[in-house]
Amino acid sequence: MRYLPKSPADREAILKAIGARSIDDLFAPIPAEYRLNRDLNIPRQMSESEIVDWFRDRSRENGDSYTSFLGAGAYLHYRPVIIDSLISRGEFLTAYTPYQAEVSQGTLQSIFEFQTMICELTGMEVANASMYDGSTATTEAVMMAVRLTGRHSALIAGSVHPEYREVLSTYARHQGIALTEVGFLETGRIDLRKLEQSVAPETACVLLQSPNFFGTIEDVEAVADIAHKNGAMLVISIAEAVSLGIVEPPRQADIVAMEGQSFGVPPSFGGPYCGVIATREQYVRQMPGRLVGQTTDRNGKRGFVLTLATREQHIRREKATSNICTNQALIALMVNIFMTVYGKVGLRELAKQNLAKTAYAVRQFSKHAEVLFSGAPRFNEFVVQTSEDPYAINSRILGHKIVGGLPLKKFYPELGNAALWCCTEMTRRSAIDTAVGLVAESQRAVKSASEADVEEVAR
Amino acid sequence: MKHITRKATRHISQNEGLIFEKSSPGKAAWKLPPLDVPDVDTRQLLGASERKDLGNVPEVSEIEIIRHFTRLSTWNYAIDLGMYPLGSCTMKYNPRVNEVVSRFEGLANGHPYQPERISQGALRILKTLSECLIEITGMDAITLQPAAGAQGELTGLLMVRAHHQSKGHPRKRILIPDSAHGTNPATAATVGYAVENLKSNSAGMVDVAALAVQMNEEVAALMLTNPNTLGVFEQEIHKIADIMHAKGGLLYMDGANMNALVGKVRPGDFGVDLMHLNLHKTFSTPHGGGGPGSGPVAVKKFLEPFLPKPVVITKPDGSLGFEYDRPQSVGRVRAFYGNFGMFVRALAYIFANGPDGLRQTTEDAVLNANYIRKGLEGSYDLPYPTPSMHEVVFSDKLQAKNGVRTMDIAKRLIDYGFHPYTTAFPLIVPGALMIEPTESEPKEEMDLFIEAMRSIAEEVEEDPQLVLTAPHNTRVSRLDEVMAARKPILRWKPQ
Repeated sequence: MRYLPKSPADREAILKAIGARSIDDLFAPIPAEYRLNRDLNIPRQMSESEIVDWFRDRSRENGDSYTSFLGAGAYLHYRPVIIDSLISRGEFLTAYTPYQAEVSQGTLQSIFEFQTMICELTGMEVANASMYDGSTATTEAVMMAVRLTGRHSALIAGSVHPEYREVLSTYARHQGIALTEVGFLETGRIDLRKLEQSVAPETACVLLQSPNFFGTIEDVEAVADIAHKNGAMLVISIAEAVSLGIVEPPRQADIVAMEGQSFGVPPSFGGPYCGVIATREQYVRQMPGRLVGQTTDRNGKRGFVLTLATREQHIRREKATSNICTNQALIALMVNIFMTVYGKVGLRELAKQNLAKTAYAVRQFSKHAEVLFSGAPRFNEFVVQTSEDPYAINSRILGHKIVGGLPLKKFYPELGNAALWCCTEMTRRSAIDTAVGLVAESQRAVKSASEADVEEVAR
Repeated sequence: MKHITRKATRHISQNEGLIFEKSSPGKAAWKLPPLDVPDVDTRQLLGASERKDLGNVPEVSEIEIIRHFTRLSTWNYAIDLGMYPLGSCTMKYNPRVNEVVSRFEGLANGHPYQPERISQGALRILKTLSECLIEITGMDAITLQPAAGAQGELTGLLMVRAHHQSKGHPRKRILIPDSAHGTNPATAATVGYAVENLKSNSAGMVDVAALAVQMNEEVAALMLTNPNTLGVFEQEIHKIADIMHAKGGLLYMDGANMNALVGKVRPGDFGVDLMHLNLHKTFSTPHGGGGPGSGPVAVKKFLEPFLPKPVVITKPDGSLGFEYDRPQSVGRVRAFYGNFGMFVRALAYIFANGPDGLRQTTEDAVLNANYIRKGLEGSYDLPYPTPSMHEVVFSDKLQAKNGVRTMDIAKRLIDYGFHPYTTAFPLIVPGALMIEPTESEPKEEMDLFIEAMRSIAEEVEEDPQLVLTAPHNTRVSRLDEVMAARKPILRWKPQ
């Protein structure tokens, strides 16, 4: 086996040194009746070239070379090549959690920079070293608000990513946290009147996503006012990090839970991604996840360490703020490099291109179909309502090697034939025009079919 | 000091400030293509929601970024540099072909919501990995969704709760041995269970008689790590399982130490009802400085209805798809389907090994741990003489007499060119040195390690101060963790 660095003679020498007759001696503690006396029934050992071939075939079966209009929590942005050059360095790739600070300063300093940049971008004062993903970060943020306020219910905007809400309800169920949903208006924004009616003395927090699942930018200030007036916290979830380049960050929030995938992390069929929680300094001791802090060594030299570990499971066990152990260090490094590459000016220009592509697409789609939620600003996603089932339209679009918008029926049956479309800086005008053309064709076909029906009835 | 230069030699390392300290307006590492659609008036589109300023996000050029992160990288220790004997962490070689295949376009750019018709490649990977892991664990069904080991535990306990609930009563307590990882009790609390500690016996194993007394109809499950954190196989595992099952409780196995078992014995065959795996330990996906991990949970048939949704199914036409209609499911534990990129790597690892390779891997891992044990016996105190599997736990009892503790020895090990072992865990061994070499170490590297550890033991006798002030050869000396926690500085701020 090519990963194993021992010759048969080495194995013999080691057995002899430890005084064992055979390798079986070492497995003697396992009762004989449980020992496996056959080969595992898994594929035989493969050569490297066979492995490469097998996965290349799977890659080809997986939408290789398709253009996509899918967003909804996983975004295709350009990834500068230096991200992979740098994260492929073995010193980053094959290191463990930086508990031994003296030999982990590389990872620690880069996380410290990550925490700083997340603060700058979200308008918060402290950020952690990352969480699993946006859905679990959002869930942990709500649980954090419950701990901070001592209250036990939360109001959740219906326009928060449906799968984030599912994860939250899985966690909340066994912690006695009652969740109530607050709907959205025709603008796509949360129903403020409903929110005002629903907020109660038991409300720990209001959870809002902005830009929300439909791409609509929420009126964070108005929601913050309602929450704070009632002693509740405002938790803001951000699924599309690129929006922060041009959309005012939720400075009025108490906790921000973010998905960093947009910043240089491949969609990778749903993971691994990079969640992160940012908050105000005064709440840091209730924050879950790892934190890196600056300190000095014995000679007064600047250095970095994992800190405030007394919140964590390996110290506090069942009294910890969360059971989380790992973070997403390597993915956070991708995010960190991405933010560094684009920087202060590039992040804005990048976001602006997303905005421009989306504005163009909205204008084109509007000529043929209804674009919902147009009463409020949006970032790079929008909802198109068609007469025909969007699954049927998408299957024709797929013939052009284009993946159409996400049909929303699964999550929002009340929205009928609506689909969620996304444009990024990667979306070409020609792809938009092709997709719009096919949607227009569908609309015309339905219209003439219904006219034919009317004629039939008239006859 | 006599052996210190055998493994490592000091060399120049570059200084590097924070990236913010290099920033100046007008430098850039990016270039966007020209827009192929009309430009927009952002104020008109966004109104009050438009952002005016991005604060202190840096502005630097590409070469500066390359140098910055390359310099930082050289300040890290890594498996690629040498033995990384962290007990319980299974720091094995991370094969590079795994990195290559996970970056193939269709896999890296696959969108989680793309139509199933063009997702057959990803679905085939999910299904094949599931089948392999089910066979390896001897279980019947699996979910790949949990993002890490701790989330696997959470998923497992949610299923335990759902199972008991379906029988009418979710029960109240989870039994956890005192040698367990901290995530176990933290997870039990997250799922709304009370934690009851289970004492280990003098051999470092579960005290079966005590378990029989503590087990009753209010106990939902026992969370057992096997081999346990002492590296000891629970020989009475069948009795443990029987005691749990007799009163309707479940046996949950923390699979953190599965590297001692793969291909040699299957938890499903010795009475385990459900367990999680750590793909980043046993199945070679890179730790990456602390993540991403991946924590699939394998279960027996009777727990299958409770698996998180969606699950992968084969449709009547033979194609693969996701099934969401799972009325008894515990729900979702994260968005989408889990850390897919890690599935690709783990499967590539299984392919590279095959049944014979995996068995040899396990044998070598156990062989290595026993070689280290033999080499250090006499120099360090071995609190439990029970046979070791894939890791061995010593204590600092002999060195403590000279005022030197496990953390000091660990720091001194850095000077010899090694990453420290796991310190002060498991909690049942005061001053623990927990050493797991994994199968990836050649005999020569282990000989250097043994030599270094013995040399440190001698230093403790001759010059304890040398060890107490270690490390001496790193960029920074011991860092002031107390100050870091008392006055936290968690971000850079402009002067």
